[in-house]
Amino acid sequence: MDVKISVNQVKKRFNALPVVDGVDFSVADGEFVAIVGPSGCGKSTLMKIVAGFERPDEGSVAIDGKAMTKPGPKGIVISQHGSVFPWLTVQQNLMFGLNGDNHGDKAALADHYAEMVGLKGFENAYPHELSGGMLKRAEIARALVVKPEILYMDEPFSALDALMNLKMRNELLRVLSEERHTVLLITHDVEEAIYLADRILVLSPRPTRIQASFKVEQPHPRKLSNPELQKLKEEILSQLGL
Amino acid sequence: MERLNKIWPPLAVLVAIVAIWWYAVIATESLIFPTPGQVVIGTLELVEDGSLWEHIGASLMRVGMGFSLAVLVAVPMGLWMGRVEGAFRTLNPVFQILRPISPIAWIPVAILWFGVGNASPVFLIFIAAVFPMIVQTAAGVHTIEKRYLRAAENFGVSRSKLFRQVIVPAVLPEIIVGMRISLGVAWLVVVAAEMIALRSGLGYLIIDSRNAGNRYDLVIAGMIIIGLIGLALDGIMRLLEKLKVVRWRYGR
Repeated sequence: MDVKISVNQVKKRFNALPVVDGVDFSVADGEFVAIVGPSGCGKSTLMKIVAGFERPDEGSVAIDGKAMTKPGPKGIVISQHGSVFPWLTVQQNLMFGLNGDNHGDKAALADHYAEMVGLKGFENAYPHELSGGMLKRAEIARALVVKPEILYMDEPFSALDALMNLKMRNELLRVLSEERHTVLLITHDVEEAIYLADRILVLSPRPTRIQASFKVEQPHPRKLSNPELQKLKEEILSQLGL
Repeated sequence: MERLNKIWPPLAVLVAIVAIWWYAVIATESLIFPTPGQVVIGTLELVEDGSLWEHIGASLMRVGMGFSLAVLVAVPMGLWMGRVEGAFRTLNPVFQILRPISPIAWIPVAILWFGVGNASPVFLIFIAAVFPMIVQTAAGVHTIEKRYLRAAENFGVSRSKLFRQVIVPAVLPEIIVGMRISLGVAWLVVVAAEMIALRSGLGYLIIDSRNAGNRYDLVIAGMIIIGLIGLALDGIMRLLEKLKVVRWRYGR
């Protein structure tokens, strides 16, 4: 498989404090990679660098072999607190990323994705009229509308309650089974990573680097009670010092 | 029933004020200060000869012009200062110095520059309204949450779309708050400005009524009308806060 994202010896410091200390990994086209690490280890900083919002002090990030210089619709970020615009309706939010005129009927395209994530009937609702879970669906749909090649998810479901968190995992897998994207997920939730990802990278405490890497071979849908996955969870937790 | 419960306490206070006023005027046997009844009769006089509507119209027209000019200048200026750091650093200190100067202090300057026609009060209202609106709009741009700007950057939208669909709607609630504050100040100022010169307006009505034979019934009538119109103007601005595109900002 082709390499989609390649991160080469990325280093970043804030003033004198080294945060990211030589991180090296690559993500194949269509692969779902999860990065887990202790809180405050620099996960989000790493994500911002990979998505192009911050520049590394050393090293480089390349997408499809081309150096990453600035963020763009090729890779859309979905973050913990979300960024669905509260002043636009669901439909207007979903149409937001459609630039230019080569998208045909934008409203129809937006409605198609609203339906895909289960927001049919809420196209004209404002975000403050939606629940936390629906807001997250809207955000995912807004990203999918622009057909990004990569989804960068930074703790996407951690602001949701536990049940909705579990539900959204399945929703995400269902959506990805319809439209395959390369996904880079950052999380502190080991089970979430095991449930979703093809591969899991474990980060060390700050200054962070990749400490271990695990492949998850189980087919979807996965059961976390599966002994192999349980064993994997134990291994990852022990890597995290638990 | 609930509405009634909200309305009757302030109504009771107003009735009490009128009653005390009436009693006090009769008890002190004042020859000049009018009773509420005389104020009502005086007001009806003004209604009948049509001069009341002229004064109200003149004041509202001046406020409308000065305020509209202020909106046209302040909103683009505030947006620009909010977005461009250099513009903010350069202009903000100037506006912070100009802002605390009472518009009343500008009256001599206004007369010097614009004479005693309509232009002077319009200018004074502009001065009164423009600074709070600039400051509020620029502050609004500064408080746009980073995550929204990041999202817009992520989708790679054009500058004009960034303005139309992110910055302006994000700041609109602050602009409306700024407009409300400014309109309140503008209404204060028009009355004060009209007291100086001119031949029409509610401020002129008050001063002229006193000068032309101690018609304190008309002075008080003018004051009450000013209060009621100010309340109505604020009510109109509050309606703007109920618009769907800004409701996200003012609680649910």
